[in-house]
Amino acid sequence: MIYIKLFFTFFKIGLFAIGGGLATIPFLQELVDKYGWITSHELLDIIAISESTPGPIGINAATYVGYKTGGVFGGIIATLGIVTPSVIIITLIASYFGKVHEKPVVQHGFYALRPAVIGLIGAAGFEVFKIALFNLDLFFQTNSFLSLFNFKAIILFGIIMLLMKRFKMHPVVYIGIAALVGIIFKY
Amino acid sequence: MKDLWDLFRVFAQIGALTFGGGYAMLPIIQEEIVNKRGWATDEEILDYYAIGQSTPGIIAVNTATFIGYKRKGIIGAIVATLGMIFPSIVIITIIAVFFDQFENYQIVQHAFAGIRVAVAALILNAIVTMWQKAVKDYIGIIIFLVSFFVVAFLDVSPIWVVIISFIVGIIIKHKKVDSK
Repeated sequence: MIYIKLFFTFFKIGLFAIGGGLATIPFLQELVDKYGWITSHELLDIIAISESTPGPIGINAATYVGYKTGGVFGGIIATLGIVTPSVIIITLIASYFGKVHEKPVVQHGFYALRPAVIGLIGAAGFEVFKIALFNLDLFFQTNSFLSLFNFKAIILFGIIMLLMKRFKMHPVVYIGIAALVGIIFKY
Repeated sequence: MKDLWDLFRVFAQIGALTFGGGYAMLPIIQEEIVNKRGWATDEEILDYYAIGQSTPGIIAVNTATFIGYKRKGIIGAIVATLGMIFPSIVIITIIAVFFDQFENYQIVQHAFAGIRVAVAALILNAIVTMWQKAVKDYIGIIIFLVSFFVVAFLDVSPIWVVIISFIVGIIIKHKKVDSK
């Protein structure tokens, strides 16, 4: 049953994705490799759409992957799956544990967990870079070193990084700019 | 019943009006929950945020669950969470249906080829920002490198990295406390 599998897979993501925002992405990347529910190109599109629509990114991405895998009902099931651990854990904390973030054992664990989560997002980012900035397929066909680089993409990447350093605008602005550049210069 | 409907409605509104979760949601949560309705104080909201960050799950959802629970117990927690995810489910499903129909158009493909580059930049930017906050010493750098390497090249599941790094943190810090 695809729905049961969707629910438990996203339940697991909800249980282990800690740290917010992009923390769900490494786990979604794993779905690409393990189950083939979505392709790595689709994952990138899903991240972009999730960042440019209202709602938390992790929730949006869960709905999208669920929809791709099991239609409208799949989207609902995946989203319920990712939030169920939160409801259980937060209810327990609210009734029994209080300010867990002030407990030494949690602070100690997070001392190592935070850099590890950055490593996880870095690993997911590495896959994104391979797709967005390099032409690995073309490189293996031609064996020409220059064909490895997608120069048009790398230039746009540099410009967006500069813009982000200079102006702290919402991600949706950069996504909009990149879409326009993509259309005008036929990326 | 009316209280539960209010919980659902308010969190649905918050979910529908904020782009990106986490801290992007903090101002609107403060406005709707603290200033307008007095369901929690500013300090409580900040505590919920801190707890939401140090517990599994999506921060915005954790905060919604917390406020729902404080207002109406377990049912309140469930209703607030359903409210928070409702707009995402509706909006994303509509977009996904449309996207399936238009993704083969040339113009959409060009747009998304550009957008993928922006996503790469956004992820790098997020990593740099998080790094400045979370990596304080060489142990942090080593943990980052090991985590990156085992997931990117050895296909280790992120779940193991989360569990093991948490335990490693407790052991390292525990030893430091002992040796003092």
